[in-house]
Order: sequence, then structure tokens, then C-alpha cells
Amino acid sequence: MEIIVKDNIDWPHSNEGCVIPYKVFTEPEFYVLEQEKIFRGNSWNFVALSAEIPEPGDFKTTYIGETPVIVTRDLDNSIHVMQNRCAHRGALVCREPNGHVDRLECVYHQWSYDLQGNLKGVPFRRGVKGNGGMPECFKMAEHGLRTLRVEEICGVVFASFSSEVENLLDYLGEEAIGAIKRIFSRPIKILGDQRQFINGNWKLYAENTRDPYHASLLHLFHNTFGLYRATQKGASALDASKRHSMLTTTAGSDEGDAEVYENIRSYNAGYTLQDPSILAGRKEFDDDITLVILSLFPNLVVQQIANTLAVRQIVTKGPKAFELVWTHFGYVDDDKEMDAIRLKQANLIGPAGLISMEDGEAVEIVHDAVIRDQEETSYMAMGGGKAEAQNHLVTESTIIGFWDYYRSVI
Amino acid sequence: MSEYALKAKESSSLNFTDLDEVVLYHRVNRLLSDYVECIDEDHLEAWPDYFTDDCLYKIIPRENTDRNLPLSAILCDSKGMLVDRIVALREANIYAKHFYRHLISGLHITEIKPSYVLARSNYLVLQTRTDGSTIPFNSGQYLDRITITEDGLKFSEKIAVFDTYRIQTQLVTPV
Repeated sequence: MEIIVKDNIDWPHSNEGCVIPYKVFTEPEFYVLEQEKIFRGNSWNFVALSAEIPEPGDFKTTYIGETPVIVTRDLDNSIHVMQNRCAHRGALVCREPNGHVDRLECVYHQWSYDLQGNLKGVPFRRGVKGNGGMPECFKMAEHGLRTLRVEEICGVVFASFSSEVENLLDYLGEEAIGAIKRIFSRPIKILGDQRQFINGNWKLYAENTRDPYHASLLHLFHNTFGLYRATQKGASALDASKRHSMLTTTAGSDEGDAEVYENIRSYNAGYTLQDPSILAGRKEFDDDITLVILSLFPNLVVQQIANTLAVRQIVTKGPKAFELVWTHFGYVDDDKEMDAIRLKQANLIGPAGLISMEDGEAVEIVHDAVIRDQEETSYMAMGGGKAEAQNHLVTESTIIGFWDYYRSVI
Repeated sequence: MSEYALKAKESSSLNFTDLDEVVLYHRVNRLLSDYVECIDEDHLEAWPDYFTDDCLYKIIPRENTDRNLPLSAILCDSKGMLVDRIVALREANIYAKHFYRHLISGLHITEIKPSYVLARSNYLVLQTRTDGSTIPFNSGQYLDRITITEDGLKFSEKIAVFDTYRIQTQLVTPV
């Protein structure tokens, strides 16, 4: 192995595949750089679905990396994103996860901001009975909440700390835009949230959602019930920057599966459901695609799995943990039967997901094992070992794309 | 009516409103204790038998119920789905090995009708993983609808509304 040195970070190199030093998952230096160069850098971070804040005055609080932010809908229906940090002495202004307000008021000294983050009220600004008050030079306009750039596509709201990053559509690229437009084709309604706290580095999850190799081997439900098999038609795609990834599968056939899976643990032909209604669904897209996992750098996964539609937001909680916030949705024009289908199929995903629950364990078992092996590396070569789109899913190329981009940023 | 008579022959002709208040409370308490012991002692194959055939079992975070949103972490509307959850747990799913220990408190019987009672109680599931550390994994409220069948009292509905909406890693074993 050669060692390539870049900006004091030694990135090991292999001629066969991609090797990633485990220190990127464990060392605080990487985490600090990521917070600065990724989450507060030239990126677009998912913050909300427009449908979560439908009315003027609605707000939601969330995080970009570890930075708390507020997402508001102003009286003119525009959406704003600002840091959740009072301009006075740094307190959280908004202490609720969601709600409806006329003003954002900090509890500490009642400094009050409008829904765009402009400072509107400072108690005792002119003093009380001739005592105190703010100095003459104090200008309210200079003490608003720090606002972020906000852009939206089909009701999916992103924010950026950067004034330099390209606009959202250019950042996402054509494939991602197409996938978002396909899923967010018409007004959505929120079905609810699930939160999953995982003890491992966030990038282990970023790898996992870009990893089609594991899907039919770690998740048995896929195999046995025809939702996903390595022999199904599928594709993995990367955008030009390679930071985003899209995995898709189309309704497949059963031919040839038994042979491919001979002796592999997870294929169990004898497993049948007592109540198969969990898998009952409706074809609702014009194509035959039954699964889309769209990973958008850095903090979002947009998914369609059968009739379950959801976004998964990654919220970093230090180098060794992250929270995954799942927001499930349907369409406003879903009938009651469709609502029921989505709610029942939701059994398949989320932290209790019959399909997806294993991903939490997968992240934690890597975290636990690599914790003192900073200079050792992983090894990825399935599918060729290079970051490139492929018309099958027997690959790790999409994961490699993530790392190629990560290395260019960090 | 003594509790032994109740246990020996509970038929659909029996009705809850006939029962002495203390006996009813005791019977519901016993049902809950037996139910959580079944889970905690890993007798999961017996778990579905605590429910009627056309039952509803839901585990739903309060952040959804508080906002009138319907999404549940687990939703089963038949005993068959309960069986499938257990088979998946035993045969298919990969998860960190863990033990549960339920604590139940504050049982209130909120409605008594001839054919069913509604009960509300607090539950706390303590989870221990293979490193031996125990965490309060899932705390919430049971909202139960209990009916009498030939095989004794069963849940026709059990809804666990949980406060711990930040789920640690995975929710595999039912609560």
C-alpha cells in the first residue's frame, strides 16, 4: 500500500479497491472538520418537509450536524431557517420541537425575533426610570438570528451555511432531482415520525444506505418475500460529484435465486407469513420500481420501499453517535385504504422495521470493533472497487463514491 | 365469585359488570403480570395467545399521538401478524442480544362493560444488553381493551403509547 498524504491526513491507498482508515469513524479531529467543512460548509442540509410546517407561524426545530436551527413559515408563506441561538448571550431561542408562534422569544431576557429572525424586541432597551438601557450605538438590525440560505424542491426543504455552494438543483444533480420529483409528485401529508439513536459514527450509516451488497444478505425479509434480491433488476447511480447515490430495484422474478443463495444464511425458502396483508400494496408509480434509496450528502435519505414513503435525516451527536429521524408520509389524495396500506407496511421500516432494523445493529458492531484501530482500514472491492454507476446491485461502488467526495472536502 | 371459579370456567356468558371490583382489579393485574412475564422470560411463542384473533396491537410514540398522527413503530391487526413478528424475531431479524424487564404500575380500570373492560397502566421496559448494562429502554402507557374468552382474559386491543420516542438502536421484542 502506498500512503498518499493530503493536508496532513494520510489516506492509505490500495490498487485493488477502496480502503478507508477507521480513524475517520473514531477521531474527534475528523468530526470537528466535518462539522465545519461539511455541515457548515458547501453543502445543502435537509431540515424539513414543507408539509411539517403548513401554516404561517408554524415552526420546527432541528439540527444541521450538531448546530441547532429553527425552520419557520413566515406570514407571507416563505420558509426561513436560522440558527437557534440568541444574539444576546447564546441561549436556545426555541425550546420545543415544533409549534406555532407569532414571534420567537428567548426565555432568558425576552429578546424577541420575528419569523425571519430579525430582532424586534429588547426589554429595557431604553432603560427603566432613567437607569440602564442599551447604548446609543445599539442597532437592533445588527443583532438578528444568523439566517441560512434556504431552497426547496417539491416541498423538501434544505438549508446551507454557505454563500458559495451552488444552487440546490445543481448540487443535487439530475438523477436526484428526477427521483425527488417522482416521489414528491403531488402534495404530501405527514403520517408521523420515528427516532432511532445509534451508537456509531454517522458515516457508517452513510455507507450503509449506499450499500446494495448487504441488502439481500443482512435483511432476510427482502429475500424471502421478493421485495429485493441480488438477482432482481437493479441499478446503482452516482451523481457527477459522487457524493449522492441512488439505488433502485424493479419488481423482479424468482428465477435463479435458489442457486445464487445456496449455502448463504439468509435465504430461507421455508419462511411464510401467517398474515401476508403486511405486504399488500398498490402499484402507485408508472414504472415498476419497487425500491428507491436516494442518499443525499450529507444528511438525508429519501426512500420508497413498496408503498412506504419516508425521509431519514441524520443528526450527528458526536463522533460516536447519531440520531436518525424518520418522517413517513403519504399523499393528500390517498384514500383511507391507501392510508391503511402505508401504516401497515410501515412495519417494514424504521427502528422496529422488519427490513430495516438490522442497519442499526450493523453500524454499532462496526463501531464497537474498530474503536482502537485508527490506522487499520476497511477494504471494499465488490463490484470493481471504483466509484462508478452500475446496472446491477452486486457492488460497493456507490460507497466508494461517497469516500472519494469526502476525501476532497476534508 | 372466587378467582378460581373464574379461572376454571370463563365463558362468554360471564360478564365483567358482575365481578366484584377487587376481583376484577386483581384479574386484570394478573393478566398484565402474566403478559409481561411471558415476554421477559422469553416465552415469546406464547405471546400471541394473550390476544384475541382479531386483535389490535400497536406500539406508537407519543410524539405522534400528541400531534394526532397515526404512524406506529409496530402495528398488528391480527393474531397472525403477532405470530409473524415472533417468527421474524426468531428466524430472520439480526439484532443485538438483549433482555427485557418490565415494571408495571398505576393500573386503572377506566371502563367496565359486560363484554370488555378498558384499562390503563404505566409500563417501563428495562433493557440489558450483552455488556450487562441496563437502560430504561421504553417507558409509556398501556391502553388496553380486555375481553373474556373461553381461554380466559385476553387483550382485544393493546396500545403502548411510549414516551421514549428516541428508540435506542432497535425495537425488536414487543413491549
